[in-house]
Amino acid sequence: MWKWLHSYADPERAYNLSGKLLPWFAMLATALVGIGSVWGLVFAPVDYQMGDSYRIIFIHVPAASMSMAAYMAMATSAFIGLVWQIKSADWAAAAIAPIGAVITLIALITGATWGKPMWGTWWVWDARLTAELVLLFLYLGIISLYASFEDKVLAARAAGILAIVGVINIPIIKYSVEWWSSLHQPSTIRITEKSAMPTEMLYPLLINILGFGMMIGAITLIRFRAEILARNGMRPWVRELAKAEGVK
Amino acid sequence: MKKGISFRQAFFTLLKRDLQIAIRHKGDIFNPLLFFILVVTLFPLGIGPEPQVLSRVAPGVIWVAALLASMLSLERLFKADFVDGSLEQMLLSPQPLPLMVLAKVLAHWILTGVPLILVAPLLAVLLHLDDNSYGALMATLALGTPVLSLLGAIGVALTVGLHKGGVLLSLLILPLYIPVLIFATSAIDASSLNLPYSGHLAIIGAMLVGSLILAPFAIGASLRVSTN
Amino acid sequence: MAEQQIAKTLLSANQLTCIREERILFDELSFEITAGEIVQIEGPNGSGKTSLLRILAGLSRPYAGEVYYQGEDITRNRDEYNDDLLYLGHLAGVKTELTAEENLNFNLRISGYDEFDTRGILAKVNLAGFEEALAGHLSAGQHRRTALARLWHTNCKIWLLDEPFTAIDKKGVEELEHIFLDHAKRGGCVILTTHQDMGIIGDDILRKISLEYRFV
Repeated sequence: MWKWLHSYADPERAYNLSGKLLPWFAMLATALVGIGSVWGLVFAPVDYQMGDSYRIIFIHVPAASMSMAAYMAMATSAFIGLVWQIKSADWAAAAIAPIGAVITLIALITGATWGKPMWGTWWVWDARLTAELVLLFLYLGIISLYASFEDKVLAARAAGILAIVGVINIPIIKYSVEWWSSLHQPSTIRITEKSAMPTEMLYPLLINILGFGMMIGAITLIRFRAEILARNGMRPWVRELAKAEGVK
Repeated sequence: MKKGISFRQAFFTLLKRDLQIAIRHKGDIFNPLLFFILVVTLFPLGIGPEPQVLSRVAPGVIWVAALLASMLSLERLFKADFVDGSLEQMLLSPQPLPLMVLAKVLAHWILTGVPLILVAPLLAVLLHLDDNSYGALMATLALGTPVLSLLGAIGVALTVGLHKGGVLLSLLILPLYIPVLIFATSAIDASSLNLPYSGHLAIIGAMLVGSLILAPFAIGASLRVSTN
Repeated sequence: MAEQQIAKTLLSANQLTCIREERILFDELSFEITAGEIVQIEGPNGSGKTSLLRILAGLSRPYAGEVYYQGEDITRNRDEYNDDLLYLGHLAGVKTELTAEENLNFNLRISGYDEFDTRGILAKVNLAGFEEALAGHLSAGQHRRTALARLWHTNCKIWLLDEPFTAIDKKGVEELEHIFLDHAKRGGCVILTTHQDMGIIGDDILRKISLEYRFV
């Protein structure tokens, strides 16, 4: 049943396939993020309560929603790598980690920037912000574990195990943080209760969410290809490739 | 020359060996305990000696100190075995690896977790913990510290082959400790208000069962990577 | 005699590739080891002898390729393979905090044996009188013998030994060679690395697998 997976496990095929996919992801990402951001930041109507400062959600919400999705993607490919012993999947997971961390950081910074005009303070121990902060720690743990191993084949496997352990823990952490914040917080500053968002705001937001997804995909593919080349530097096909590119 | 060791016998053989080694090496037991006591002692010096303030922060302080002490003591869990080759032999023994790992973690918890639980009431007195809360403190520590040992062992297993373990280890496992911390401290808070806290305990118990079942496999897989 | 012995393959390596620190140690290495063989893996330092032994033991995962034990991939039936495998690495796996007797007792029990005479076995490796000594206080050779003592009480068919003669005196080496020969006669196999010449096991019996140092 999983035979088709193994056919892409071969690094050379994975490299070529990701090379074919890359332009599509890159084009879609540029187009979607371009349209969504310009629409959201320039043309979308002003919010009657929050003024123009609400516009940061066109960056914040896509980043926040993709930070979790990237983690899931990373854990999934780590799982595939661990169970079916496919090294390409391990490398894909390792390639996603830093991107996920940056996206999470963007979500945190934009969240704090938004918090300043909304709550009058940069940081509140709001459940979502706290969970996002913990997610950033999980990403950083995986990245530094990966960086600590000299043998990168092992590094990817170790980081993969940690990603899977993390993914089991994420729902528990999220639930406990939400429960903790409902216990400790006056409920007055809860803000993002889903008020019916006008479609002029919703569409650019959705386009940007999709665009961020494509952008993460495109950057992951670039990093994944670099990772394959780095790990297979001594393989004949990589040498031929280097020769064709005119590298000594 | 027949092979007739049951899983239970293998488990206790390993448990007994680890306890025996630790008893001949007493520093491993006392240092984390001293660390625990010292960290707790620092808080009144940092915050000030008012009993109201101290009793308010006591559950959090004791639990955070317990997290750190547990993490520090865990660092040595697989290190000696890794250095002298016993770990390889454990991985190659015909006994199931998760079982062996569980024996090691249990031995470690007996040596470091139990003393921590025993000394906790003493520290609670120093921090003016609410009189109602002693039961909750002991119960959460009894259920929670094994979870810390099991989760922490995953991080230790991943880093045992690396030269710079310490700081990396804390980055790997402290985020995983957050749920235990939250539920344990709020159980103690609830008990100080005379509210029921059996629900909190049930959740920590569920975490214990979950990590007892899943963590040994993760630890085993991590050890195989580390000894590669 | 020779015709009666059906050559039984115990262990086979299929297209093993090992890469360490971006350097290929060996590429697509295949061989079969049958019952009754004594095999020496030879090659200069850094050629991957220990890596090969660890891959055969299932401790390291090769970059590519598989190891089969009686026709089955060792990563798929690890418990069964481990039951028939005795691996002694560079590191002896001897606890310095325990006595020689406690060490042997633990090692044998964890390998699954429940009836043995530790003192008798220790006497065979010239450790009589040192049973109660902490392994940390023993000499390097005695330390090594504590680990090697397992060879005198085992029914594992496959022995993987990384530099078993390190720190062992001449007489000890001879004793080990005798026990290797006995083991091979009983239908087991011995795979070892060593830089020492063996006196008793001649080149007619010994099979060699050569690894060479590669620069790429």
